Amino acid sequence: MEFHILGQQLVNGLALGSIYGLIAVGYTMVYGIIGMINFAHGDVYMVSAYITAICIAVLSYFGISSAAFLIIITLIVTMFIVSLYGWSIERIAYKPLRNSPRLAPLISAIGVSLVLQNYVQVSQGAKTQAVPTILPGVFRFGNETDFFQITYIQVLLVVVSFASMALLTYIIQKTSLGRQCRAVQQDPKMAAILGINTDRIISTVFVLGAAMAAIAGVLVTLNYGSFDFSVGFITGVKAFTAAVLGGIGSLPGAMLGGIILGMSESLFSGFVNTDYKDVFAFSLLVLVLIFRPSGLLGKPLVEKV
Amino acid sequence: MFSNPNDPPVLAAFKDSLLVGVIALLIFGPISGIILDGYSFNTHFKTPLILATIVFAGRFAYQMAMLTPWGQKFLERLAFSKGKRSVYVGSPNDHKYLWIILLVLFAAGLILPFYLSKYALTVAILAIIYVLLGLGLNIVVGLAGLLDLGFVAFYAVGAYTFALGSQYIGLGFWTAIPVAAALAAIFGGILGFPVLRMHGDYLAIVTLGFGEIIRLVLNNWTSFTGGPNGAKAAEPTLFGLEFTRTAKTEGHIPFHEFFGTVYNPNTKFIFLYIVVFLMACLMIFFFSRLRSMPMGRAWEALREDEIACRSLGINHVIVKLSAFMMGAMTGGIGGVFFAAQQGGFVNPTSFTFFESALILAIVVLGGMGSTVGVVIAALVLTLLPEVLRDFSDYRVLVFGGLMIFMMLWKPRGFLPIRRPYFSKEGQA
Repeated sequence: MEFHILGQQLVNGLALGSIYGLIAVGYTMVYGIIGMINFAHGDVYMVSAYITAICIAVLSYFGISSAAFLIIITLIVTMFIVSLYGWSIERIAYKPLRNSPRLAPLISAIGVSLVLQNYVQVSQGAKTQAVPTILPGVFRFGNETDFFQITYIQVLLVVVSFASMALLTYIIQKTSLGRQCRAVQQDPKMAAILGINTDRIISTVFVLGAAMAAIAGVLVTLNYGSFDFSVGFITGVKAFTAAVLGGIGSLPGAMLGGIILGMSESLFSGFVNTDYKDVFAFSLLVLVLIFRPSGLLGKPLVEKV
Repeated sequence: MFSNPNDPPVLAAFKDSLLVGVIALLIFGPISGIILDGYSFNTHFKTPLILATIVFAGRFAYQMAMLTPWGQKFLERLAFSKGKRSVYVGSPNDHKYLWIILLVLFAAGLILPFYLSKYALTVAILAIIYVLLGLGLNIVVGLAGLLDLGFVAFYAVGAYTFALGSQYIGLGFWTAIPVAAALAAIFGGILGFPVLRMHGDYLAIVTLGFGEIIRLVLNNWTSFTGGPNGAKAAEPTLFGLEFTRTAKTEGHIPFHEFFGTVYNPNTKFIFLYIVVFLMACLMIFFFSRLRSMPMGRAWEALREDEIACRSLGINHVIVKLSAFMMGAMTGGIGGVFFAAQQGGFVNPTSFTFFESALILAIVVLGGMGSTVGVVIAALVLTLLPEVLRDFSDYRVLVFGGLMIFMMLWKPRGFLPIRRPYFSKEGQA
């Protein structure tokens, strides 16, 4: 095994894993609070990639070229608009179905996912979009021939995703809002009796999840540079895999699951086979669920009669 | 946000709608207003403005309607159904004349293909294939209550069994049907056995992963499956009679020569239609009988309360597995017909997650567990895209929108499930 390839794959895996972790947070929080797989989440992430590109294009048109400024403005705008998406989706497609059979919100989520994909495809065209490199530059390790590199964007990606995860964990653990979220997660009826506006909390959770997906979208777009309207599905499924891997409902679990998935996927495609990397990711999911159904950090599910 | 409790109702409605309109503008603005073109962009601000105006007008109209007693009553009648009874118990008298209706429908279904064009025939065959798939998934999701998001995997197994089977071991159309059914059921068993002990939603995601694995393997294992180029299946035959203009295989006679009629390219599709139609009827009959048998009752009981069932000594893994395998089997049969309908050519792009979602939508929209509902939903959902073909760009958009709307309007589907009844009095 060559050391520099291993190093490179680990770096790529960490970057990929942080992204999965960020998106997984949205799945895990929504699942934790209303017990529903939010199928449209991957497409929310896809929308955020488009908004990032649009934002960069508009800002460059007005002659802004400072990388830091560009990235910060793009992050803020994308988070704002994508949060609106998350909020409206919940309001339109899930809220009226709060008390209906378990499958109904899932079907409407699949509907939302189709609508979002097709809406973006119709408006922006089906072609692959790209963004210019905003932050060139790499750190290099190793000698002239055998080296691995970490781009500045990758550093930014990992730092920003860890920072936002830390912020989110702080919000959930320490603030009043977070306490309300956890209360609703444990027992929505009791929380409502104690004066918590559960509908508002659920909306907030969707907004937080969408904002995290927006951060992921911005970072991925800056890192890989190209995307199209269908990226949401596969990324979404993998992020969900990450959430399950870490134990659904658990925030640190989502991040851990994301990084494990990203690392193993990256190592697999580096040393075994690129074509089957998705097969590998899904097989990992199946194996984890068979041998450890509650995930790595999740609490085992106890069924009560 | 900026509304005031003292506002007169019309003003409050206006403010509320304005807020909704502004949100809509923010949502539609960037995606449909600024079109990316390489690294730069073109602006089309008209589109988001129109969309936001529509949203604003719709919301305002709704709010105004809510202010009048007439409008309130109207909207109530339209109402998004909430908390209605989930299960209807049918009376035996409901079914008094049912057999006449069924007979008429059956005869009509058999006569229909002779009056259809080739294009309409392929669509009709596809619609009936989806009826089959819907019936299969209905067992898994509707009756046994197991959420399967990877049903397309079994469909793919069926289609590829026929295609690869005829390529490598010379499998014909008729032999492919039982072989594909068995193989799909075995796949269902292999997947189901370890997975069925899991909690419901995990099952959903594992089946989704399984569906993707099958598709990816079919796509990447180029040396065996032909990869993205697909695989070619044999032409269907009837007692060795081919439906081609001239016989492709040595010693075979084309259908039209045998009967001394003129060659008609539709014959093959009429034949396929009739076979798939009969197969679907058989399946409907089979499943409706199965539902009132101990096995069918165990499925439904397990869906309602797993712990109670296990306490009563029902082996939940075996019962679930039987549902899963039977659903998979039906999917496999559907796959064979699909390969034949496609002119014998299948490739992995036909087996994406969208298909699974479509089949699931058929089951849920039809009313889970209800056979009639599933049949109607399958026909509507496969014919609808053909009707919408003129708006082909917006097809999926309309389809997804309808899926959301139907769920909001009737979360339990068109025709909610009916309990099979025991006694003449109709008390179950």
